[in-house]
Amino acid sequence: MLTIKNLKAGYFSGPDILHDVDIEVRPGEIVSLIGPNGAGKSTVLRSIFGQTDIRAGSIKFIETELVGLPTHSLINLGISFVPQGRQIFGTMTVHENLEMGAFTQKDKNLIKQNIEGIFKRFPILREKSNQNASNLSGGQQQILAIARALMQNPKLLLMDEPSLGLSPKAMHEIFEVIQEINKEGVMILIVEQNARAAVEISNRTYLLEMGKVALEGGSDILKDEKVKKIYFGRD
Amino acid sequence: MLSAYFIHLLILIGIYIILALALQLALGYSGILNLGHIAFYGLGAYTSALLALSGWPFLLCFLAGGAVAMGSAFLLSLITSKIKGDYLALVTMGFCFVIYSLMLNLDELTRGPLGLPGIPRPTIFGFSFSDNFSYLILVTIIAGLVYLIIKRITDSPFGKLLEAVRDNELAAKILGKDTFKVKTFSLALSAFFAGLAGSLYAHYITFIDPSSFSLMQIIPIASIVIVGGLASLPGTVLATVVLTLIPEALRFVGFPSSILGPMRQIIYALVLLLILIYRPKGFFGKVELE
Repeated sequence: MLTIKNLKAGYFSGPDILHDVDIEVRPGEIVSLIGPNGAGKSTVLRSIFGQTDIRAGSIKFIETELVGLPTHSLINLGISFVPQGRQIFGTMTVHENLEMGAFTQKDKNLIKQNIEGIFKRFPILREKSNQNASNLSGGQQQILAIARALMQNPKLLLMDEPSLGLSPKAMHEIFEVIQEINKEGVMILIVEQNARAAVEISNRTYLLEMGKVALEGGSDILKDEKVKKIYFGRD
Repeated sequence: MLSAYFIHLLILIGIYIILALALQLALGYSGILNLGHIAFYGLGAYTSALLALSGWPFLLCFLAGGAVAMGSAFLLSLITSKIKGDYLALVTMGFCFVIYSLMLNLDELTRGPLGLPGIPRPTIFGFSFSDNFSYLILVTIIAGLVYLIIKRITDSPFGKLLEAVRDNELAAKILGKDTFKVKTFSLALSAFFAGLAGSLYAHYITFIDPSSFSLMQIIPIASIVIVGGLASLPGTVLATVVLTLIPEALRFVGFPSSILGPMRQIIYALVLLLILIYRPKGFFGKVELE
């Protein structure tokens, strides 16, 4: 389980982006972070991955304190990240991209098994396995980015804007994939612009505003007057 | 028999191939925008020359040239661990200026602008490479070895990792790789080979002075890497041959020497422009220049 307590963070010498943020992801949950632009949603994820300047607070995964750990070591704790804008390796084939996901895995047979498992789950990746990843459509690239993260058999999957730039149909597919992964016991923390879609698949949702948690709730959070005001600009 | 002039050209091409392949490893494969490559070349040349002048055997001087360049690359990598892209280019340029100034001003060690004359031709296990033909064979063998080593590295899983760091450093970090270590290794190895090329140059010309290692010398080498195509080893070799021979052909046109110099610059610029317009990935490159 992931526990963020009193987190205060920013970038380099810039001002604080997050003031006193408390967020929790419990075993078996999908948790989403929503909020207007600039609220600090992505900064929360980047803080978990050590890509921000953390000024106070703690981030704990199970028993390990993550603050101060280098980005590349989190993978060994079972935390994987699907970054914003997918960030696949465009000059490499789909198959090579999946192998990149197995950087830390030494057992070649296990890597093969994992790739086979991924191909079963996402047949489109098997079909395109020898094509350059940059030739895939946006939705396919997002699936590849998720598949690459799954190559590490994570316990916790962090996703930054998985629906960014996708057609409604592709977005629907991605959200189904997220739910499937969660059913296999992976905790998921998802940052999303599309609040409605995110809230619908989440167990709990945090609404972030100006670097603070403004509201926490279940799927009925969208009906809250505060959300309507902050998020949709309606009174 | 090959004419003496042609042998001279081939030796220079061989040295340039090593230097360009080394830059290809750092720039083309790992995406390290290093404009201070010539500093490594110069450090290799000076180290090797100074040691040879104090009586060390060639092989040791040669390897020491590479090792000193490699050590300096390691330091440079530590200093630049937090920067990349344009900023890295600026700092590496600065590094080149610093090394150039040291060569120029450490009079007691380097004799400053007077340069170091009388660098001995190599002798390996009693065999002397004093004539140019045997030197060509030496350079060819070393260039071939460097090519094979770099090919071996870039074909390996580690080579894929280098490309991953080049394409998307954050993604490589997220997937669990210490990208700083990877980049340091790549830069250090690139510097090692550049140092070897410097040593070969010093022992071939038998005289070096700082002017051979000024920042401007990066232009032909970087042109070779870009024209050959980022992350392409055969492209690098072909581009070295083409870009070295094209300006040489001018000698036979019969221009006066006052035109010849500027003419070379124009030709480099022209080739570079044509490549960028019509073949932005170079001869055989896989990656487009950003």
